[in-house]
Amino acid sequence: MQVSVSEENAEREPAAHQVSAFLERRREQIAQRWADAALFRTVFTVSRDEAVEAGRAVTAALAAVAATGRLDDLRAPGFEAVRDQLGRMAASRARTGMDLDGVAGEVAALREPVTELLRAEFPEPYAPEAQEAVLALTVLMGTLRLVVMETTVSAGEELIARQREQLHEVATPVIKLWESTVAVPLIGTLDSARSQVVMESLLDAIVAERARYAILDITGVPTVDSLVAQHLMKTVAAARLMGAECIVSGIRPAIAQTIVHLGIDLGTVLTRSSLADALAYALSEQGVEIAPLRAAGATADAGTR
Amino acid sequence: MMQASRHAGPADLPIGSDADLAWVRQQVRQAAAELGFGLVQQTKLVTAASELARNTLVHGGGGHVRITPLDAGSTHGLRLDFVDTGPGIRDLDQALTDGYTSGGGLGLGLSGAKRLVQEFEVDSRPGEGTTVTVTAWATVVPPSRTVP
Repeated sequence: MQVSVSEENAEREPAAHQVSAFLERRREQIAQRWADAALFRTVFTVSRDEAVEAGRAVTAALAAVAATGRLDDLRAPGFEAVRDQLGRMAASRARTGMDLDGVAGEVAALREPVTELLRAEFPEPYAPEAQEAVLALTVLMGTLRLVVMETTVSAGEELIARQREQLHEVATPVIKLWESTVAVPLIGTLDSARSQVVMESLLDAIVAERARYAILDITGVPTVDSLVAQHLMKTVAAARLMGAECIVSGIRPAIAQTIVHLGIDLGTVLTRSSLADALAYALSEQGVEIAPLRAAGATADAGTR
Repeated sequence: MMQASRHAGPADLPIGSDADLAWVRQQVRQAAAELGFGLVQQTKLVTAASELARNTLVHGGGGHVRITPLDAGSTHGLRLDFVDTGPGIRDLDQALTDGYTSGGGLGLGLSGAKRLVQEFEVDSRPGEGTTVTVTAWATVVPPSRTVP
């Protein structure tokens, strides 16, 4: 733990230490009071003991921060111990539909009960030294509020970044449909970044599966504009260079009409209206025929099982 | 069908990034669906909006789109104004030619979008910016456009 105190905080040091000692001494009472405050009460609905326990942890963290004199330092080591817990509490409030303002308000409401207890420590609650201590506590509680906000915001950003990554991966699985036939069901917006991922994973799959037929299914792509069409054509051209024939399937009536009006020439691209049609085409090109079992039993091919 | 106030007034959406393009498409689709556009009409308008919004972003350096619901008695329409303050279009006829591109695209954005809507207007001043206004109607009136 850091003990050195920077110059600018030196003046407030006595007050900060006083607050630290007070928080240590009254930890139990503060925790008990906080357990009834909106923030703790609504997060720990099952057991009040849990709320009190959380209150003790937060009070201890504040005491540790105050002891170092870094009252307004978001990065004070003392906060690290409770950062996760505060983040979880704020996230739990956010899940109930409360916005950042609401959470900030609830954290601010924690100050009142502690301030009351602190004033009661002094024989004269409004004497200058009492005011000093209250001021130090106010700064400290303000920092706590900032820490909670920062934790909440960065948790949200992390979540968004993680989901974006997941989306890139989830949205581009390459599926092996048959010997030397692979398919990519495209879902969502096909922007430049996505189509790059699609192209790479498709070309990899063509090599790995020794695929001769690659089906790009665009059933799940809501809008096909000229840029999306261009991405598709580039992917088709790249697949062709790798020796695979590409079939674009899942072209809905509305999309077909739009492509025609837009003036996009997909004449060089093999297209089918459904994935099933595209697969049937790829199979028949390979000399594979799908027929009912009874009919297949009559042919010599039945022995391939 | 005469309750114009049922629909929200004009809405301005910023166009400054790829994520904004997706948002514009979504909002246009939603507005068109609420006004009773059929699936084909919706798809056409959304595609035109996608092309024009991308032009605003790529060629105009960003701007905004104003979405205005229209009411013409028995039918509803949607007007989209794409506004940027970019360099403007020097040669409009050339820009409207199929296959002409100043970027790396297919050269179908502006001309294609024109074919996807019923009314199309470009107001471009070199050095000041470009406003492209398109209007589509839920019920398609037989096209009065004459073939040039």
